[in-house]
Amino acid sequence: MSELRQIAFYGKGGIGKSTTSQNTLAALVEMGQKILIVGCDPKADSTRLILNSKAQDTVLHLAAEMGSVEDLELEDVLKVGFKDIKCVESGGPEPGVGCAGRGVITSINFLEENGAYEDVDYVSYDVLGDVVCGGFAMPIRENKAQEIYIVMSGEMMALYAANNIAKGILKYANSGGVRLGGLICNERQTDKELELAEAMAAKLGSKLIHFVPRDNIVQHAELRRQTVLQYAPESKQAMEYRELARKIHENSGKGVIPTPVTMDELEEMLMEFGIMQSEEEREAMIAAQESEQAAG
Amino acid sequence: MAKDHASGPDDYESLIEEVLEAYPEKAKKRRAKHLTVSKPSEDAPDATTGIASKCDTQKSNIKSIPGVMTIRGCAYAGSKGVVWGPVKDMVHISHGPVGCGQYSWSQRRNYYIGKTGIDSFVTMQFTTDFQEKDIVFGGDKKLAKTIDEINELFPLSNGVTIQSECPIGLIGDDIEAVAKQKKKESGKTMVPVRCEGFRGVSQSLGHHIANDAVRDWVFEQDESEAVKAYEPGPYDVNVIGDYNIGGDAWASRILLEEMGLNVVGNWSGDATLAEIERAPKAKLNLIHCYRSMNYICRYMEEKYGIGWMEYNFFGPTQIAASLRAIAKNFDETIQENAEKVIAKYQPLVDEVIAKFRPRLEGKSVMLYVGGLRPRHVVTAYDDLGMVIAGTGYEFGHNDDYKRTGHYVKDGTLIYDDVTGYELEKFIEKIRPDLVGSGIKEKYPVQKMGIPFRQMHSWDYSGPYHGYDGFAIFARDMDLAINNPVWGMYDAPWDAPETGPAIAAE
Repeated sequence: MSELRQIAFYGKGGIGKSTTSQNTLAALVEMGQKILIVGCDPKADSTRLILNSKAQDTVLHLAAEMGSVEDLELEDVLKVGFKDIKCVESGGPEPGVGCAGRGVITSINFLEENGAYEDVDYVSYDVLGDVVCGGFAMPIRENKAQEIYIVMSGEMMALYAANNIAKGILKYANSGGVRLGGLICNERQTDKELELAEAMAAKLGSKLIHFVPRDNIVQHAELRRQTVLQYAPESKQAMEYRELARKIHENSGKGVIPTPVTMDELEEMLMEFGIMQSEEEREAMIAAQESEQAAG
Repeated sequence: MAKDHASGPDDYESLIEEVLEAYPEKAKKRRAKHLTVSKPSEDAPDATTGIASKCDTQKSNIKSIPGVMTIRGCAYAGSKGVVWGPVKDMVHISHGPVGCGQYSWSQRRNYYIGKTGIDSFVTMQFTTDFQEKDIVFGGDKKLAKTIDEINELFPLSNGVTIQSECPIGLIGDDIEAVAKQKKKESGKTMVPVRCEGFRGVSQSLGHHIANDAVRDWVFEQDESEAVKAYEPGPYDVNVIGDYNIGGDAWASRILLEEMGLNVVGNWSGDATLAEIERAPKAKLNLIHCYRSMNYICRYMEEKYGIGWMEYNFFGPTQIAASLRAIAKNFDETIQENAEKVIAKYQPLVDEVIAKFRPRLEGKSVMLYVGGLRPRHVVTAYDDLGMVIAGTGYEFGHNDDYKRTGHYVKDGTLIYDDVTGYELEKFIEKIRPDLVGSGIKEKYPVQKMGIPFRQMHSWDYSGPYHGYDGFAIFARDMDLAINNPVWGMYDAPWDAPETGPAIAAE
């Protein structure tokens, strides 16, 4: 068995992190890799396509039921899905209460201490939305994920989130070993999306690992609680994910310390692409519109 | 104890310099702002003490420097430990992990009358005892269950306060919603207090938050039937900011009652919720600990038009002055009564002074305490002929230091939020005859061979307020300073050869 490789998927909420990661990991397992998925989202939906079921018992809910996490056995929470991929969901509180971040820390410590990381080649973390607090930065911290893959698109807010995540990586890059593996663009069909994604990757000192085209088959598979790899293994989209999996596998040790940019630089880039106006231009346009309306 | 350091302002200025030398440049600059020597003042001398000095030239109420040993507490300590904890017929929940409640268990010797566990709960410890799952999933349900259990197990409790520990503020639990719900269900007063320890720079903010909780969760609620039925009298007063440490409030209350005043509420030593609820019906608020309770007095003045005045019941000089000042707010009968009370206790005062002053005359004292004591106890020492060499506040604000100018002469060493190191150095160099501070300071000081009294807890003695308290105060200071143990401080082989010869076998 080769040395354990730990990766994590981050990105703006709703960008398709869980879908992309599960499809990619389903492709990786075809390459003979043994995989453990650690879902780090209180919604606990990071493994449903692999398990073909709605939700599994989460570490935190079972721990709360039993009293404490010490009362928990690994078997209680470790489920096996598509092609023997092992799945664990951290779980967490309902929105608006408690501290989901602390939950992530608790779960990951539990998994490590109880040997969940033994006898696997890959551990993949799927982390919610943005790095909102220390807890959600857990997979970035020392001795956790070596490479972070940021799932993004050509949308302004996805770029903004990607930049923020890069800042989180940078913070821990020097103390620990974490690196930015690269960007994965999940196509939204925005203007000049591929160019923008490549430019963003360049700004961050990284590269665009893969541009995943939009295909409705993903939706069809998802509605059946399946990955595309399972639902339509011969489809074109399945090949895209295999390609992405191959690139990630070959990217081992090639991550970089990211160079996040300021908000101004980010906006400048969007202006260069002609998809965003400068503040002055915009203000002038608003003023023109208003005077037009006033006249009318 | 022989003193190797002559007192005097010049020496103290250079002493401050010398002590600051140990710090790195930045820390030195910051700490220098907190250390000073009181200066002569142009102001008219205080009518009672005849003193006017300037003690507010240094900074106060700002963040302690990381790395030093500060003696300060936190906001939770200010609310649970000081303001709310002594309210005896309410249960005070330390909401969060077990430690904060465990280590503040038993309160601060706030004496009370009542059956503990039946109708009074001050010395009991109630906590929601947070576990990891409560942090992750939130503690609101556990809090609600705890309150239900309290209401069932202790049916005579008249309400609950929720004292927030740090994690509550981090995980965003909605303790206000739980309080409202439980109030609705039980009909009892529920007081959520957002006194998370990380708020503010010391316990001082906790006092303020606790005062605000009195306003929002007691005063601004529907008036209870008992309050509605209460018929106010012309001599009703509240005593505010007396925590009844060692029975202080009782020794104070008798003087006010002998004067003919009706003490309808004492906050919060030996207090009941009802005393807090009906406070707005009193004629006057008498405030002892200004620092911890001035906020609610100002509010009562604004909202209900109740005046407030500060008073001081430490030592006969201040007691007499305070009794007269209090009486001035009432009719001639009360004023005559005040004189009678003063005259009644004069023989006791004379006797105490005759006995102890000769034993204490000229002895020097250094104080380092909280709240009101760094200034309020000074005149009591003066009454015994003792001299204050230095004083300082753990968490005082500028208005405390301003008031201190009425108590200590110019040339007194003033230290704000003093660090463990600084205080030790000051004591070592000044070598006063007595140090009054807390338990953490007690043993290092005694090991230096210097007598010590705890001036937070009265060293398990008290009361020190009122005339009765003064007699105990004088005795205790004598016990500390003139204890024969100090004659045995040096090892026999180091002792001067003046001792009795030991007979050979």
